[in-house]
Amino acid sequence: MSHRELEDMLGKGWRKPPFVSNPKLRWSLILGFFAYLVAAFMTIEVDWGRVYVGLDRGWAFILAFTSPDFTSRASDIWDGLLESIVMTVAASVVGILISIPIGLGAARNIAPLPIYLICRGIVAISRALQEIIVAILLVAIFGFGPLAGFLTLSFATIGFLSKLLAEDIEAMDKVQAEAIKASGARWLQWINYGVQPQVMPRLVGLSMYRIDINFRESAILGLVGAGGIGATLNTAFDRYEYDTAAAILILIIGIVMSLEYLSGIIRAKVQ
Amino acid sequence: MLRLEKLTKTYRTGDRALKEIDLEVGKGQVLALIGPSGAGKSTLIRCVNRLVQPTSGAVWLEDTDLTRLGSGALRRARREMGMIFQEYALVERLTVMENVLSGRLGYVGFWRSFLRWYPQSDIDAAFRLLDRVGLLHMADKRADELSGGQRQRVGICRALIQDPKLLLVDEPTASLDPKTSRQIMRLITELCRERRLAAIINIHDVALAQMFVPRVVGLRFGEIVYDGLPTGLTPGKLTDIYGEEDWEATIQKVEDEDVEEVEAAE
Repeated sequence: MSHRELEDMLGKGWRKPPFVSNPKLRWSLILGFFAYLVAAFMTIEVDWGRVYVGLDRGWAFILAFTSPDFTSRASDIWDGLLESIVMTVAASVVGILISIPIGLGAARNIAPLPIYLICRGIVAISRALQEIIVAILLVAIFGFGPLAGFLTLSFATIGFLSKLLAEDIEAMDKVQAEAIKASGARWLQWINYGVQPQVMPRLVGLSMYRIDINFRESAILGLVGAGGIGATLNTAFDRYEYDTAAAILILIIGIVMSLEYLSGIIRAKVQ
Repeated sequence: MLRLEKLTKTYRTGDRALKEIDLEVGKGQVLALIGPSGAGKSTLIRCVNRLVQPTSGAVWLEDTDLTRLGSGALRRARREMGMIFQEYALVERLTVMENVLSGRLGYVGFWRSFLRWYPQSDIDAAFRLLDRVGLLHMADKRADELSGGQRQRVGICRALIQDPKLLLVDEPTASLDPKTSRQIMRLITELCRERRLAAIINIHDVALAQMFVPRVVGLRFGEIVYDGLPTGLTPGKLTDIYGEEDWEATIQKVEDEDVEEVEAAE
């Protein structure tokens, strides 16, 4: 097959070579996947009696959205919301500020190996620990309240933003940065002129996205006692006050949507 | 002024890009480096300002051996060498003015450059250069709004504002149309003459090199196989550099173009 004559190939038809070239292996992979899928679905146990009972409760919850109650717990909602916003803003600012140097260090094309390994290590630790787990730990250390939430979100922001920033730096156009280096620029000047303009739109976009995530997370962190609107939401659920819970959820949805809209505008501006 | 001594570069893959190159460039001398792709042209000029680290040999810029400099001294030495790139290598999201002023980064401190607060003399120099290349009205445009030829002219300004002794020019016309290519080559050679700058110009367009440059060096497989006048590039010599091909048409074309040039000038 090494030397192929044109005459032999004409009229033969052509197919894209398959990703897995061995047909036996290819078909056993495909069949194995479907067999696993079927087996996996069969292990899910559904208690239909329980679902039937639960439907009513679910329906009550959904109905609550038609009559959300913003008023009777207004001051609780307001306090919780304010706490969440403060937590989000503070954690995002601190997290982003710390992420930038770590992101620079975690980019292999600009950082020397020891620094790269340290920064990648920090990123890996931050990403390996889920927010809820970190929050539980920090609540245990600092007690209930927004301080634990703020620290959790800052910590989570570092893992997220550093990693994605580092990847953007690694994908930058090398020649533009090289041109700045060739002028005799110092390292910081090189970063400021050669690297920063290339990654700035992505950094701004990611930061906006992270603010969005942090706000949503702040609603979850309340469930483990880390303060914010989540605490208020949790209380409402505990008291079966679905109409208040609905009001809180509507507020969260509204804020997330307006953040999304805002980030769209900002990202268009910095392109 | 610039002297390469047994300059050798072996890449980690084992490719010997440069094999003991000896080359001397005098003050104010403009030299074209020709040769096929992969002959080591880019590696050679990048070894001079050490964007690529040479494996052995020496690069003397006046009385300094550039290959032995530490990072601080290298930074100061790089100020003396302006570089012009193939794909312009402007920082696309910065303005034209920022790109030009970035040539002064080796001379200003971090905070000045960070705040874009350059000394008035630098700003004036940038305006003068932009005016010289006919782009003064574009000073506040973003670099990615410019056409190829305009970008390369900004690239030239960025190299010249360093006030260098030597220009390293890497395929300046590779992504430009024939007319713009000639304009850019003419501009580079004119500016070198005005400022008595030495230059090494990598170029793969033989005809263009012959048209503008008084000395041609041919590189093949990391070795110098020709060094002389552009008129000495006979078909035999071109075969030495590039390999077997019918060269009559290339040389013929140059002569025709020279006639055109003269006619146009008249």
